[in-house]
Order: sequence, then structure tokens, then C-alpha cells
Amino acid sequence: MTNSLPETVLALLPFYPLISFLLLIGFGKRLSWHMAAILSVGSMALSAISSFVVINQLSVQSPILTVHLWNWFELGLEGSLTAKINISFYLDGLSAVMISVVSGIGLLIHIFAAAYMKEDENFTRFMAYMNLFIVAMLILVLADNLVLLYLGWEGVGLCSFLLIGFWYQEKANVLAARKAFIVTRVGDTAMAIGLFMLFKELGQFNINALTENANMLWTVGDDAPYWIALLLLGGAVGKSAQLPLQTWLPDAMAGPTPVSALIHAATMVTAGVYLIARMNGIFLLAPEVMNYVAWLGATTLLLAGIAALAQNDIKRVLAYSTMSQIGYMMLSLGAGAFSAGVFHLMTHAFFKALLFLTAGAIILALHHQQNLFKMGGLLKRLPFETALFAIGLVCLMALPGSSGFFSKEAIIAQLWSSNTAGPMLWYCAIFGALLTSIYSCRLFFLAFMGEKRFDHELQPSSSKLLKLSLIALAVLSLIGGIFANTIELSLSAVFPSIEPLNLDEPHWLHSVAIAAPFVGILFSWFYFSNYRGSNKENYQDNPSALVLFCRLGLGFDRLYDLLLVKPYCYLARLNKNDLFDQLIMLNAWYVGICHDVLKSSQTGKLRWYAAAIGLATLLLLLTLNIESFSLEAS
Amino acid sequence: MSAIPLSHILILASILFSIGFVGVISRKNTLFILMSLEVMLNAVGVAFIGAGSAWHQADGQVMFILILTLAAAEVAVGLALLIQMQRRFKSLDIDLLSKLKG
Repeated sequence: MTNSLPETVLALLPFYPLISFLLLIGFGKRLSWHMAAILSVGSMALSAISSFVVINQLSVQSPILTVHLWNWFELGLEGSLTAKINISFYLDGLSAVMISVVSGIGLLIHIFAAAYMKEDENFTRFMAYMNLFIVAMLILVLADNLVLLYLGWEGVGLCSFLLIGFWYQEKANVLAARKAFIVTRVGDTAMAIGLFMLFKELGQFNINALTENANMLWTVGDDAPYWIALLLLGGAVGKSAQLPLQTWLPDAMAGPTPVSALIHAATMVTAGVYLIARMNGIFLLAPEVMNYVAWLGATTLLLAGIAALAQNDIKRVLAYSTMSQIGYMMLSLGAGAFSAGVFHLMTHAFFKALLFLTAGAIILALHHQQNLFKMGGLLKRLPFETALFAIGLVCLMALPGSSGFFSKEAIIAQLWSSNTAGPMLWYCAIFGALLTSIYSCRLFFLAFMGEKRFDHELQPSSSKLLKLSLIALAVLSLIGGIFANTIELSLSAVFPSIEPLNLDEPHWLHSVAIAAPFVGILFSWFYFSNYRGSNKENYQDNPSALVLFCRLGLGFDRLYDLLLVKPYCYLARLNKNDLFDQLIMLNAWYVGICHDVLKSSQTGKLRWYAAAIGLATLLLLLTLNIESFSLEAS
Repeated sequence: MSAIPLSHILILASILFSIGFVGVISRKNTLFILMSLEVMLNAVGVAFIGAGSAWHQADGQVMFILILTLAAAEVAVGLALLIQMQRRFKSLDIDLLSKLKG
């Protein structure tokens, strides 16, 4: 079988970072900084270039590109049906958007990371994990069946564990990594059960065939798609840090800043959104679950927005804003506005990567000071970083003209008359937009305006690589809106069009949506006026009980600690001498007794041995004689 | 020359063997144990010779010569061990050699 050129390019796409990962892990610290940086960034560049090459091959006439690499294994259902699980890649409009985001943003983040982590002694290990992360994510989005997707899914989880706990010498980082791993594992278990159910019902894992079969076998509102969609949603909730499995994301800020950008912007957290978008055929058969998705997204975006208002750590503000933006994506998926959700995924990847990386540059300049109340006055001292951060915040607030505006307005516009959403959710989204602009302004005022409140001299990085990647991201964030039509076009082939309800949309709908962030800015201009003043006394960070409650993530951590962790630890302590272990240890005890009995026969007295041999021989002869006599007698 | 019945020879061999065996298990002195072993070997030899003559076959005598050489070799090794034992333990008590007890 000969492949055409685009197919070959597609097949090789995830393997460049994989090769780089193997080399980096294999040679480790023997590689110099230059070698390691060239290897990891170069492999990412190759992937990015190849993804743009293959995306250009997609057209209206041939919107799909598949390539079959090899057969992984076969699954049988009671001997009759066999389903082949292939390692094959499937590229359509949706995965095209995803690979361009993953490899494109991934490349920029790799460039940034190469400069940011230059001084770290485990630089090669870091870049190796980053490469592996990209490999897993590319496999996840390119998989043509759910098993391969699950492989990428778990690979992403593993890499996030490794990267969050990258500085493992500090206990807090390790705990954060463990928390992220365990909490996402809860979702993954639900997803695995969903996959088993799917296979039991439909007998295969290929995504396209699944959607076809599901549409043939089930009608809207059946039980089977309801449960399957609910379980898949469980997986998506875990990975995308939505309610109620959102607690790991803020703690995941323990990792190096490029990791925060990679995990919380471009890749891992969008996996859940991708899963729901990819399985839209199943979800459309379960409108109730679509409704749950929408409500889940709305609740998360509001709660995360409120929590972001009270944070004092710059990275944690951004983490909560990521949660809230993914809440928007979920809301839009739940409302059936799939392409708007995926578009928001893309623009969010642009500006959130920009925000995180700029925050990283600022933190580096401030000698790893992350506390907002210890910043201030950066507007004059770091004008370059301030400008970039402001661009990111403008996109986050979705002010008209920025990329965030196009995607967020597209989502909000479709909520009112959607089948599975409604006016209630529209109000939630608007309130969320208001919250977004308020916490963005608070962050900006605290960090960049007012008087300087840090003690050390600023040490801005002069690395060209760092600035290059930041500028590229800023440009993408600003002009991201121009991709709107292209994406709409390429995604229209993937998602079915859904007829909206015939509701009367009030004429003020769009103007309110556009005005919401401005109202927020105006509000915070006056409400947080002391944050931008020059009076140092106003910056005392002595939070009230309510603020503290919000800062700690609205008490979810404490709730889970009380409901799950404490009882589990109690049970574990209760059963410290494992009951089942004791049962198994009975065997060992029995063997020990036999051992003691036999040991006592080993006296070391030669004469006893001789006597025993003699006696035994005598006994043997006697029994033989008795037998031969009895044989003769009979 | 009237033939001695085989059963007599076998009874003699058994008695000799038992005497030797009792010697092995009741003696403490290693030298006497070795001597008792010789008695046992010779009991076997008697049984072979008797059986050979009863069936008019040379095999029994061949076997006895084999046993003789074996006994000679065994005594050589045994006496060498005996000397070592005397040097190391200043005694020939076999019960002293019980280091391998469990």
C-alpha cells in the first residue's frame, strides 16, 4: 500500500516529538542546552509545519484525510463479532483545528520554555516530558477510535502528573501532582466504564461507525445513550476541570509556568471539550445530558469567576479564569453550538497561553514572586510585558475586535434560543462575562498600577526566544478573529446543524452581551480604585472570612477532605493490618509450622540418621514382602 | 563336599549385617563405626558368594571383588577423615560433628 504525500505527512506528525522525547530521555544530561533545545523545539517545529501542510490539503471536496498505520489488536464480542482496533489517524475539520492549536501553540510554548528553563539543571528531562505531552495530545485528537483516544487521554494525564511535580524536591508540588492525577482518575474511570458500555451496545470503537450505528439503533431520549453520554461527560469533567472535579486545576499551578501554559491553555484541559465535540453524535441522542453539560458549564464559569475574584496569586487567578473559560466551552457544547465552542477553545488557547507565559516572564523578573499584593507599578517598569498582558486580558474580557470577542459572542448569541440551553443560561453567561472583566481589571490594577511593593531589583529577561514567542502569541490573540469564517466552514462538515427554537429574541440581546465587559471595567475602575492609587496602606492583604472562603476555591477542597479523604484515611487506619492479608498470611503460618516440625528432625547426629535409614529400609522391605505375599495368596 | 544350603548362608549374612548395623548406630567412636561398616560390607560379600555358589555363577565372586576394592577405598578415605577429625576436635566422638543441625 502506497500512501500519498499528505497521508505520509499526517502519519509522521506525532512521531517527531516522540523521537525527540526518546533521545532526550536516552541521552539525558549529556546533551548541552543547545542540543536539547534544538532537538525538542525542532521536533515541535516539524510537527507544526506538517500539521499546516496537511490542513491545507483539506478542502470542501475532500474534507477528511485518514491514514492507517497498523493493526493494534482485535476485540471479540462473544466470539462472533470482532472489532479491529487500529492505530490510524483521522483528520477532519475538528481534529485539524485541534492539531493546529496543539502543535502551533505547543511550538511557541516550547520556544518559551527553552528560554525560561535554561538555568534548570533538569532541563532535558523537562523538555522530554513536554515533548511526550504533545505526542499524547496529538494521538488523542487524531485517533480514529476511542481506544487510541483513551491511550492519548491517559498519556496526557501521566505527563501532567510528571510536569506538575517536576520540582519534586518540594512536598507541595508532589502533593499537587498527586491530587491532579487522582482527581482526573475519578473522571477517567467513569469514561472507561462509558467506553465499555459503548462497546457492549455497539460492538465497535471506531468513532464514525459508532455515530452511524448509534443513530440507527437508538432514538433521541433512549436510556443507553443517556448513560453513555453521562459517563463520557464524567471523563470530560475530570480532564477539563469542571464542577465537581475542578479542585486539581488551581493546585496544578505548582509546576513550572510553561507547564501551566501548556496544560491549562493549549492542551490538556481542552481534551474534555474535544471529547464531547467528537462524540456529538451520542450526545445529541441524549438531550438531557446536553442540558446537564450546559448547566455544568454555567455553574463552573460562575463559581470559578467568583473564586478568581479573591485570589492573591497571579497564576491562580489565571487558573480560575481558565476554568471559567472552559465553562463557556462546555456551556456552548451543551447548547448545541459545537463550532462556537471549538472556536472559543482555539482563541482561548491563544490568549491564555499568552497570559500564562507573560505572567511567567513577570514572575521571573520579580524573582519568583507570585503574590499580587507584592507587585504593583509594573506598568512603568516592564512596559513590554504589560502591553502583552493587557492584550491577553482584553481578549479574555472579550472586548470588541479581539479574538475572544468573536468566539465568546458566538457562544452567547446561540444560547437564548437553543434547544438545550435557554434564557436562564444566557443570563449566567452574561453574568460570567461581567465577572471575567471584574477579576481581569482587579488583576491588572494590582499587578501593574499603583506603587511598587516589591523589595528586590527587577530582573527582566532579555532572551530573544522568550520575546519572540510572546509576540507571536500576542499577534495570534489579536487577529484570531479572522479565522472565524474558515473554522466555521471546516467545522460545518463535522457537526450536524441544529435548528434553534423559534423564540422571540429581544432586540437588546446583542448589545447587552457586548456591553457587559465594559460595565465590568467601569465597575472595577471605581470599586478597586484604591488598588490603582498610590497609597501603600491600601494594599494590606487581610482577607475577610468570605474572601478567604472564595480564595480557597469556595470550600470544595475542605468538603472533599471531609467527605472523602478523611473517611478513607480513617478506614485505611482501621484496616491497617489488612484483614484479607491476614487470611493469606495463614498460609505462611501453616508453612512455618511445618518447617519447625521438619527442622526438629535435623539433629545433626549421624547415628540417628543411620538408624532412621536402617529402619526405613526395614519398613520398606516388610511392606514389599507383605504385598508380594498377598499377591501370591490371591 | 556337601553343599551348604543357601538359607544358612543368608542367615549368617543377615546376622553379620545386623551386628554391623547395631555397631554403627550404637558406637560413638568413629573408628569403631568404620569397623562396623566393614562388617556390614563383608556380610553383603558373604551373601554374594553364597548366592554365586548356589547358582554356579561367577557373578557373585566378581561382585565380591568389587566390594573388596570399594571397602579398601572407603577405608582409605575414612581413615584420612579420622585423622583430620582427631586434629581438629581432639576427639573421635561422632556426636561432636553436628554443625548442620536445623
